[in-house]
Amino acid sequence: MFTINARGVYYKELNQMVRQALSDGAGEILIKNVNGQCYIADALRGSVRFTLEGTPGNNLAAYMDGPEVIIRGNAQDAVANTMNSGTIVIHGDAGDTLGYAMRGGEIFVRGNAGYRAGIHLKEYGSKIPLIVVGGKTGDFLGEYMAGGIIAVLGEPDGLNSVGRWCGTGMHGGVMYIRGEVPDYHLGNEVRICKPDAGDEAILSGILSRFRRHFKLSVATYDLQSFIKLVPKSNRPYGNVYVDF
Amino acid sequence: MLREGDFRIPSGCAISGIVHRKGRAMSGESIIRSIALMHDRSNGLGGGFAAYGIYPEFRDCFALHLFFDGQGARKDTEEYFSRYFVTEMSGPIPTRKNAFIKNAPLIWRYFVRPKPEFLSAGEKSANDFMVERVMEINGMAGGAHVFSSGKNMGAFKGVGYAEDIGDFYRLDEYRGHIWTAHGRFPTNTPGWWGGAHPFTLLDWSVVHNGEISSYDANRRFLEMYDYQCTLQTDTEVIAYIFDLLVRRHGLSVDIAAAVVAPPFWSEIDRMPPDKKEMYRAARIVYSSLLINGPFSIILGSSRGILALNDRIKLRPLTAAEKGDFLYVASEESAIREICPQPDRVWMPRGGELVWGLLAGSALADSGACPEEINGTA
Amino acid sequence: MGFGKRALYAIERDSESCTHCRICVRQCANGVYRLNPNTAKVTSDEAACVNCRRCVEFCPAGALAIRPALAETISNSFWTRQDLRAIQSQADSGGILLVGMGGGSSIPSYFDRMLLNASQVTNPSIDPLREPMELRTFLGRKPVRLELDEKGRPLGLPPQLELELPVLFSAMSFGSVSLNTVKALAAAAQSEQTCYNTGEGGLHRDLYPFGKNTICQVASGRFGVDIDYLNAGAAIEIKIGQGAKPGIGGHLPGEKVGDDVSETRMIPLGSDAISPAPHHDIYSIEDLRQLVFSLKEATVYAKPIIVKIAAVHNVAAIASGIARAGADIIAIDGCRGGTGAAPLRTREHVGIPIELALAAVDSRLRAEGIRGEVSLVAGGGIRHSADVVKAIALGADAVYIATSALIALGCRLCQKCYTGRCGWGIATQVPELVQRLDAEEGARRAANLLRAWKHEIKEMLGGMGINALESLRGNRLMLRGVGMSDNELRVLGIRAAGE
Repeated sequence: MFTINARGVYYKELNQMVRQALSDGAGEILIKNVNGQCYIADALRGSVRFTLEGTPGNNLAAYMDGPEVIIRGNAQDAVANTMNSGTIVIHGDAGDTLGYAMRGGEIFVRGNAGYRAGIHLKEYGSKIPLIVVGGKTGDFLGEYMAGGIIAVLGEPDGLNSVGRWCGTGMHGGVMYIRGEVPDYHLGNEVRICKPDAGDEAILSGILSRFRRHFKLSVATYDLQSFIKLVPKSNRPYGNVYVDF
Repeated sequence: MLREGDFRIPSGCAISGIVHRKGRAMSGESIIRSIALMHDRSNGLGGGFAAYGIYPEFRDCFALHLFFDGQGARKDTEEYFSRYFVTEMSGPIPTRKNAFIKNAPLIWRYFVRPKPEFLSAGEKSANDFMVERVMEINGMAGGAHVFSSGKNMGAFKGVGYAEDIGDFYRLDEYRGHIWTAHGRFPTNTPGWWGGAHPFTLLDWSVVHNGEISSYDANRRFLEMYDYQCTLQTDTEVIAYIFDLLVRRHGLSVDIAAAVVAPPFWSEIDRMPPDKKEMYRAARIVYSSLLINGPFSIILGSSRGILALNDRIKLRPLTAAEKGDFLYVASEESAIREICPQPDRVWMPRGGELVWGLLAGSALADSGACPEEINGTA
Repeated sequence: MGFGKRALYAIERDSESCTHCRICVRQCANGVYRLNPNTAKVTSDEAACVNCRRCVEFCPAGALAIRPALAETISNSFWTRQDLRAIQSQADSGGILLVGMGGGSSIPSYFDRMLLNASQVTNPSIDPLREPMELRTFLGRKPVRLELDEKGRPLGLPPQLELELPVLFSAMSFGSVSLNTVKALAAAAQSEQTCYNTGEGGLHRDLYPFGKNTICQVASGRFGVDIDYLNAGAAIEIKIGQGAKPGIGGHLPGEKVGDDVSETRMIPLGSDAISPAPHHDIYSIEDLRQLVFSLKEATVYAKPIIVKIAAVHNVAAIASGIARAGADIIAIDGCRGGTGAAPLRTREHVGIPIELALAAVDSRLRAEGIRGEVSLVAGGGIRHSADVVKAIALGADAVYIATSALIALGCRLCQKCYTGRCGWGIATQVPELVQRLDAEEGARRAANLLRAWKHEIKEMLGGMGINALESLRGNRLMLRGVGMSDNELRVLGIRAAGE
């Protein structure tokens, strides 16, 4: 394992050190004392695994395509911005715009996520992005969502798992949310339905991975306590505009 | 009538310059004869000279030459001076009556040093401080105009033919080792003495022939570096360009020439890699300082002179050597008038620098301020 | 009691010369013509006509003419026919009125009120056909001074886009326009050594070879943005706004998202591609800085980053902030800029003309001493080479063109791009319409346009006694205004003609 001490190192140098380590063949990189450095693992490829100790700065793993990033602490805003593939495991909370325009890969958050998690989530071909939030999320979850899967577990109590305007502008993909979401917190473009057997299979797969990442031995969930949100249409605004 | 600074005045001209590379002093009589021969290139609306090495007894002082509209302006300015400067000596610049020179303003000179408290902590060089004061005085509408501010040098100029201006200022009584001269052909008649050439800043002096078409591009770029182009003349802009590139940015005069009269891109593309990198970088960084349109200039400094014309040679320039003398002028005849048998006469190509440096002066400037290398009289 | 769809155009068919050959039936993309099987004659549904001129120009007998329909509604000087039509349409549908292309409003053109200088006597004009004339243009951050290392060699410059003329094709996405349109512009940009811009449509695999001439755009939807895409081009453009619809995002309807568009944008087939007005990772200027530097990190600082904004009231201060946020190039898009689709009211009533915005930005950046930090690209209503020259004299480093490029490819400005049924194969994904535009012929025509403008720019520069474009940049003394108020002259930083 290659170790970098990030204390007091500006992001530009830190990321240069990371690129150097990768070109030297590092397969596993531990970065200690991370605090606020932006763009860690930005636009990196390959099968490298990063472990970050501390609080990484914004745009962690933006455009990333492949690596695994484990954050032992909280993450800030715009984690996995436009990420293509790879795995992100956050042992604390995530900030706003988690997984913005992400088109592949997986994010597991042990704690809560901020506003607009999963905004613009996409999918294409075999790539189906996944965001799992163990706690609760802020407003505008899955705004403009065009594909992929979001699961919110609503720990610790499974109540009020998501905020207001959930799924506004959603026109693709699916969300699984533990507990009830009142109608007035739903965006106009989504509807609630009951998970079927296929959904339950997907959910239990997701949950077992979640448990594995965070080494949780107990937590099991009643799959019946989840609701499923899907878009009413993949063309939500087809009738808004008229010919002049 | 609007005067210089209120609007832009294109003008044509004659220029001439002499340097003795070993610093032998000569009187102003030769340069007057040289510029007088090109009488017809000017129209009597401006003439002037720059002379270096003329104030050896005050070589450590800035020699300020000023025009005043009246005694009130002089008193106000002297009060301003007393705030910032220690004045070693002052008095009217000696003149003699000349039948063709009329409406002269009050013309005074002051040998000054900045008060040390303004230069404390090394934040500001004496040169920068002086530039600020000159810009300030000339930017105020107080009836005072600084037209010369270097050390051991001076500009002498006014409205009239150059030879009459030379006579008026009694330049035959000065002895200097570098002389430049200008006869002006402006396209209107503001009749303001400050508008005549040369234009100077510190010990830079510029005499210039031609009208540049890049004026506003040059001016607006310079203004970002805190120059105030109060006169709206090409000559002022040229002086500031060299001040910025050579004095403030520490570039060699070679590179400065490659900025104001750069090779064409097609030529740069064919250069060997190292040279290409330099010319390309200089042209990209300072693209707004390319001087476009016709010009020939003689740039004077205490290290010597250099002459340059535009890159497609739209203005004339001739150079000649005899022993340690270097001559440059708009016309060969103006050189032959004072040096009938030069060792060599040539016409520089467009964009080709003609060097007239004093012996011992560095060719490639390493950021040294001009006054650090003082020509000896 | 709807108003029904009213014909805007009257189709005149000369019964003498028409042979009912049905070419018009095949050529019309809007289903205007039908062959009546009983009479074997062609009939017209005028209400469907958009006046794209396809039938007129393809009619072998020259039998067709399209004219504005006679006014069927009463109007006066205040309540125009357009106003009445808009209200009728909205009363029918309850929808937002949509238009294509730009420049429909009646605000004055400041380009047309500015005149260029020429040399007479006091300095010479230059003959560009026989003497050198340089248009080479570098876009990117310039250092405040030339720094040399200890051996006197220049320290490396920030990355620069190097162009052989100050004209670039601005963003048009694959999706809003056809692949052949993008291919034509890419090839023309390559042959004339300038750049085209992907818009937010991603980069089709066929276009990767044009990388050196490609500006890859990153918009709020992040369509097709991955590592390969970011590294494929010569520069990256962050799209904040567009002149035709400031404050409004983009929206590609699902029916335009076929196989190729889906693959290029990396989104599901047939799904709407929505890019809202804000980037949801940019709610403030410091957030923009983060996106700029995330892209610089992603490309290891090798490419200039462009930030494109619409010209709005506070554009000068915004541009200053963008320069300080690390952008290398700022593109400003004026309110006459084109678009595939924009809400009519936004297009006509939001934003300001590029001339005023450009002058304000250039002056502001100079006043703050940071003009060299960024290059300025002006777009939105550049119709011809004189507009280019005037924009550069106001302070632009280069201009963006799109509408004029599309007209070169055959656009007739019918302004119905958003219907997806472009009769000329430009703003469509319908295979039989797409193949109407030949990419090679389009490339030739777009390159011709650039070459023609290049000649004309050189002529005008030569007339002013300038032989390198950089000496025109910000050289506002070369401009004089006519018919303008003192305030307009002041904002433009120019004098009145005669002064």
